[in-house]
Amino acid sequence: MAAETLLEVNNLKKYFPIKGGVFSQTIGYVYAVDDVSFTVDKGETLGLVGESGCGKSTTGRSILRLIEPTDGKIYFEGQDVTALDKNAMRSLRREMQIIFQDPYASLNPRMTVGSIVGEPLEIHKIARGSEKTERVASLLQKVGLRAEDMRKYPHEFSGGQRQRIGIARAIALNPKLIVCDEPVSALDVSIQAQVINLLEDLQEEFGLSYLFIAHNLNVVEHISDRVAVMYLGQIVELAPDTDLYNDPQHPYTEALLSAVPIPDPTVTKKRIILEGDVPSPIDPPSGCHFHTRCMYKEKICEEEAPEFKHIGSGHWVACHFRPKA
Amino acid sequence: MTPLNQRRWANFRANRRGYYSLWIFTLLFVVTLFAEFLANDKPLLVYFDGDLLVPVVAQFPETRFGGEFPTEADYRDEYVVELIEAKGWMVWPPIPFAYDTIVRGRRAPAPPAAVNWLGTDDHSRDVLARLIYGFRISVLFGLVLTVFSMIIGVSAGAVQGYFGGWLDLTLQRLMEVWSSMPTLYLLIILSSVVQPNFWWLLGILLLFSWMGYVGVVRAEFLRARNFDFVRAARALGVSNRVIMFRHVLPNAMVATITFLPFSLSGAVTALTALDFLGFGLPPGSASLGEMVTQGRNNLHAPWLGLTSFFTLGIMLILLIFTGEAVRDAFDPRKTFAARPE
Repeated sequence: MAAETLLEVNNLKKYFPIKGGVFSQTIGYVYAVDDVSFTVDKGETLGLVGESGCGKSTTGRSILRLIEPTDGKIYFEGQDVTALDKNAMRSLRREMQIIFQDPYASLNPRMTVGSIVGEPLEIHKIARGSEKTERVASLLQKVGLRAEDMRKYPHEFSGGQRQRIGIARAIALNPKLIVCDEPVSALDVSIQAQVINLLEDLQEEFGLSYLFIAHNLNVVEHISDRVAVMYLGQIVELAPDTDLYNDPQHPYTEALLSAVPIPDPTVTKKRIILEGDVPSPIDPPSGCHFHTRCMYKEKICEEEAPEFKHIGSGHWVACHFRPKA
Repeated sequence: MTPLNQRRWANFRANRRGYYSLWIFTLLFVVTLFAEFLANDKPLLVYFDGDLLVPVVAQFPETRFGGEFPTEADYRDEYVVELIEAKGWMVWPPIPFAYDTIVRGRRAPAPPAAVNWLGTDDHSRDVLARLIYGFRISVLFGLVLTVFSMIIGVSAGAVQGYFGGWLDLTLQRLMEVWSSMPTLYLLIILSSVVQPNFWWLLGILLLFSWMGYVGVVRAEFLRARNFDFVRAARALGVSNRVIMFRHVLPNAMVATITFLPFSLSGAVTALTALDFLGFGLPPGSASLGEMVTQGRNNLHAPWLGLTSFFTLGIMLILLIFTGEAVRDAFDPRKTFAARPE
């Protein structure tokens, strides 16, 4: 790939300690993110999919250091994010932003839209006074709201409109990377498409890169250039989106894709039904994390963790039996 | 006012009892703030020899009126009255006694009469005058104590809740130890060392009263620090201090404001109790607690006991009613309920 790498995540780990006992000593860990590596290129959208609790959001938040990672390195334009002090981190925040899932919780109910969207400009001393008002007005127009809306409060808007406010706040600082943490999961299907299109338009206009976290495969397929599939804190497959959707290699990806409904009654396809539940991230299975539910399981899967292998044309997979021998 | 606060104000007004209680209390407080113009042993205005003088705000020696002593004129002294009225006139406040004026010519304690509307106490001082000054100092004490303990308590609670972890744990344990200190004994010991005045008492009560706010504010900050809008602010690079003030504190203030009228009445009661026991304000000050003591010591003079009882009772009832209305106003179930148009 000729594109320049914007973000590089190497062996990211986040373990949450579990406290217990009389003196609240650490009695275990939740292995939320366990050795995750990927890159995001300039202007690219990387989709990150997986079930609830597989560590998608923790990964996204660790990149912004909203959660301090336990181990691993994060490079943003070659700069090691994990090593930055408070002040350097604050100036780096102009470069990367986040959009949250719940548009109701992510806006302060006591602030007007104008002060919500204007806050980043003020904090980073970019604009103040009437200049700030103008900037806020143009930001609101960019996301499809009206300039007059800045005097209103968040509760006067619908979910989709609120998400637009959140997007306006995120692009206020002209960032290079936006972590979209399930930005459309809480919205109506009809609104989802509008917000996705808005994100795509903004990407084109500002050359943004997205790390797009979602659990809806259709949404991810639509917006992503490449897709990473996570299972129990690890990336099991990473590929350009057409490759992944047409030729899934990992059995978990296969199962996920087979569960996507196709709106055509004449199509019959084999559904792969996974047995059992996702194992607890407190005590993940030995070897390949997926072996407890895998239909191709062999003895080696229980004993040895598979390597995350490149199998050609940017397609990576973590399975002992891929590529097929 | 934001729409939310407008609805709160409407809810507050809807509670007529609390709404009027607040107005009556405010009125009483504002009136007693001008106690010097209401009950004083100096005239409001003196017209003497072509000059208009205001003895309430400025001091004039007796020699100013042709008397003998260079000390401040005693306007109640017959000699001085004669001197002034020879060359002018005096306008007296409605109650011509201050809280420490000795009423001459009546046996103490004297029953209510035209001269002393509520009688005099066993030191021959006018009860109504003492009442007005006592009310003022009680409310002022309560307000100052409440404001200061709120500032300290809210800051401590905010820091503990927002940062959590070891800081929170340590401060919580320290507070538990601190709150088990016996305030009253401390005051008794202290009053044997120094003569406690207004500020001493305030300081000592403040040492303990701030802890009442920590719990609610800490809980609110613990909850709010994981809100998405707080995370978003952090992602934008907003500093912790600004996040605490702008994003979390307004949400945490609801519990504190609801607490405020009750805390005020608590502070008033605390001062009264100390005065009653004799560990409060210095002897001779106007104080409601001292008046309660007088009522107990002079059961044959029921106007003392009754006056202090009704004053305290009415003041506390007004505060409690106001507090109830404030609580209603900030009740989220009522604030967000559909309003009849």
